[in-house]
Amino acid sequence: MSDPNELLTIQGLKVHYTIGSGWRGRPTAVKAVDGLDLHLRAGECLGLVGESGCGKSSVAQAILGLVPATAGRVTLDGHEITGPRKVDPMQLARSAQMVFQDPMSSLNPRQTIRQILSGPLRLHGMADRDERAHRVTEMLRMVGMKPDAADRMPHAFSGGQRQRLCIARALIVRPRLVICDEPVSALDVSIRAQIINLLLDLKTELGIALLLISHDLGVVEHMSDRIAVMYLGRIVEEGGWRQIFTAPAHPYTRALISAIPDPMHRDRVPARLSGEIPSALSPPPGCAFHPRCPVALPACRTGAAPDFTPTGPDHRARCHLIEVPAHA
Amino acid sequence: MKAGANLYLGGGIILSVTLLAICAPLLAPYHPVTSANLMYAEEPPGAAFWMGTDEQGRDILSRILYGARISLFIGLAVQVMNTIIGVSLGLSAGYIGGWWDEAVQGLTNLMLSIPTIVFALALMAVLGPGLLSLLIALGMTDWAYSCRISRAQVLTQKSLNYVQSARTMGFGPVHVMFRELLPNIGGPLIVVATMGIGSAIMAEAALSFLGLGVVPPAPSWGGMLSSAREQLMVAPWVAIFPGLALFLTVLGFNLLGDGLRDSLDPQGRGRK
Amino acid sequence: MNGDGILDVQDLSISLIGEGAPVGATDKVSFSIGRGEVFGLVGESGCGKSLCALAIAGLLRAPMAVTGGRMMFEGRDLNTLTPSALRALRGNRISMIFQEPMTALNPLMTVGDQIGEMFVLHRGLGARAARMKAIEALEQVQVSSPERRINAYPHQLSGGMRQRVMIAIALACDPALLIADEPTTALDVTIQAEIVELVLDLCRAKGTAVMMISHDLGLVARICNRVAVMYAGQIVEERNAGAIFTVPAHPYTRGLVEALPRLGRRLERGQERLAEIGGVVPALRDFPTGCRFAPRCARATAACAVPPTILALSDGDQVRCVHHV
Repeated sequence: MSDPNELLTIQGLKVHYTIGSGWRGRPTAVKAVDGLDLHLRAGECLGLVGESGCGKSSVAQAILGLVPATAGRVTLDGHEITGPRKVDPMQLARSAQMVFQDPMSSLNPRQTIRQILSGPLRLHGMADRDERAHRVTEMLRMVGMKPDAADRMPHAFSGGQRQRLCIARALIVRPRLVICDEPVSALDVSIRAQIINLLLDLKTELGIALLLISHDLGVVEHMSDRIAVMYLGRIVEEGGWRQIFTAPAHPYTRALISAIPDPMHRDRVPARLSGEIPSALSPPPGCAFHPRCPVALPACRTGAAPDFTPTGPDHRARCHLIEVPAHA
Repeated sequence: MKAGANLYLGGGIILSVTLLAICAPLLAPYHPVTSANLMYAEEPPGAAFWMGTDEQGRDILSRILYGARISLFIGLAVQVMNTIIGVSLGLSAGYIGGWWDEAVQGLTNLMLSIPTIVFALALMAVLGPGLLSLLIALGMTDWAYSCRISRAQVLTQKSLNYVQSARTMGFGPVHVMFRELLPNIGGPLIVVATMGIGSAIMAEAALSFLGLGVVPPAPSWGGMLSSAREQLMVAPWVAIFPGLALFLTVLGFNLLGDGLRDSLDPQGRGRK
Repeated sequence: MNGDGILDVQDLSISLIGEGAPVGATDKVSFSIGRGEVFGLVGESGCGKSLCALAIAGLLRAPMAVTGGRMMFEGRDLNTLTPSALRALRGNRISMIFQEPMTALNPLMTVGDQIGEMFVLHRGLGARAARMKAIEALEQVQVSSPERRINAYPHQLSGGMRQRVMIAIALACDPALLIADEPTTALDVTIQAEIVELVLDLCRAKGTAVMMISHDLGLVARICNRVAVMYAGQIVEERNAGAIFTVPAHPYTRGLVEALPRLGRRLERGQERLAEIGGVVPALRDFPTGCRFAPRCARATAACAVPPTILALSDGDQVRCVHHV
């Protein structure tokens, strides 16, 4: 794919961890991410959906260069992040930043907000002293905080305010991509809308791309332009948000969507998805989803994992059964 | 409140001892070394010599006051060395992990399995007696606790998002360890270091008692105790007063450490 | 209230007892739960919903204490019961499940022993009989091959499996009331629906009433008969669950419904800006005088400076707001 607007390209990314090292046991590879393809255009919000243990967080860490990729290629803003010609970590830090789930532990409790915000500017030599103070004030204003917040400590702020400050820190080096890992799920329900609106406003205002990692499909639907569904280290379906929610092609996506209770229709009982996500230590053969799949065929249980099948413009899914209706 | 009592009592003792040590030249009625006069040897406590005199007729009060300077200096200097070694090793072991962590842990366990004083004795035997070798011997042997505590603290802190986000921001390991992590693990380290000063003073006294510490005739509490051994039956005050000074000072540091632990406790801090 | 209620809470006040004057954490909370009813208590962190649950179970710990009101459970006043009478009730007639099953289970005991313990304690069964009952209980919560799983330790089970074990323990003695405090918050969406249905099915079969405590208005609105919404220590609205989401009466409830990006909403209405509830959730010591929601409320007027009384709507519904819809 050679879209000129493409900001992030991930091809065949594998992140394997070795556990049980030394003399205590035989080393085993946990295949947290196992052949993942993903692309994200500038200024776009991509929702990455999946259950816990599917490898979502490892993808984020690999993009940020915090864990080494076992295989595959990640290109961000024209820079190689993996492999021998990988970009300087400082350059990477100016391209991609992250907002974490728990704002309570995301700010160093021993630093003032000014130190937290201006430290990165100094590190990256992005501004002189006066310019830094100006940028801090400006950034605080953008996230809806008063300038006097700069000289207070993190504990003086509530959860929602801290998440605003975390967003400010992520944006202060003007990255083109911000990874948001469950940005609202640790917040009070009445505060979530504030943060969601803020993120969407900043996306429009600054033209940043968002990689939204979440299990809350309501939030994902509201915020995303495109959505990728991840299962056991791989993307099983990706497409525009409307296609994913109106015409989900993969049985797993369908199951995820129908598992959400609909308070407006109390009589509609959510569909149950039997079993739990298998361990990444011993992924099932064939299609990784087959043990839980309500429509699995014998062919799904053996052989190689299914490849992507296009189901529309910019919409594809990994499932053997997608072509079945065409043949029938 | 008990926590407050420990803090204030310990702090009070340490403050008094420190003031007395600093003002020793003003307060001491006699010179600690050159006042030797066999005419007054082993005088019991009285109006002229409040704490009596030793076998060479030197005023014990004056020697204790000057000895406090040596004890405090050694305790502080030794603990600074121990803390620097222990924290650097523990912080890096916890943060970097891997083979370095295993190596540091092995070394720590080795240090813990050899009694500090035995190790220091061996070092002193190589270096020879004297203040400098005393500092080196003690400063390099008692860092295991600071090391362990900083490592354990780092392990709990490093998974917190503020550390992750500092890494994401491009900050290097040295910055993350010393600027982000160190301030957040400082509380327990201060406690360990405070109590460590007490044990360093004890260790110095023990080495001096064995004749390997501060070279006589310089006044050191351990040395004074050592030379008092022979007169213990005839002139017990020669041993009692330096012993009491040692006891009070070490107690003071331990109380202060206890009090600091209680007041630095995060749960206690929340109530403020 | 009505005679068929198994739990009748009247004017329950819980306060923080510390240095200085007690600080009210809940203010005259009243509700009642009928036999076999599913009752929802919804609110954000710090609103007092979990404190109410702990008070009912007799598990409130210092510095929190019940400072007023009455909790009648099956005709007995829970406040006047001795600690041993309360212990006999807990796990037997009233039981609880919590958000994080890992911390609620003993890591050093097999799950079989932990379930069996309930039968030994409350039914006086011997070890062998208790074990058989434990296998049965695991089967009821749809754990596959229960004879084998019974020997597992909590860390060997997944989060969803642990929550099933917690449910098995809680429902072992067929209690009259199950208090479920955010039972699915720590679980994956796919597992959440399953666990909720399991609890509801089992309680329906055993005639157990459920008090479902959650921050998730959508979940509670779907599964409960009646729902009470708490804000800053007070119940601000109590409704028939069918109405609470579709026609909320209190501005706070309305705000919550509007602020939530509900699945399917963008398809219906496009990517509109979410309606925000401004400000922050007040802390315990900063509960406003007058209407507690007024500082964050778009409809607030001068009349809100006076604490609003509870107004009765139709169908036994209640709302604490002078500007209710």
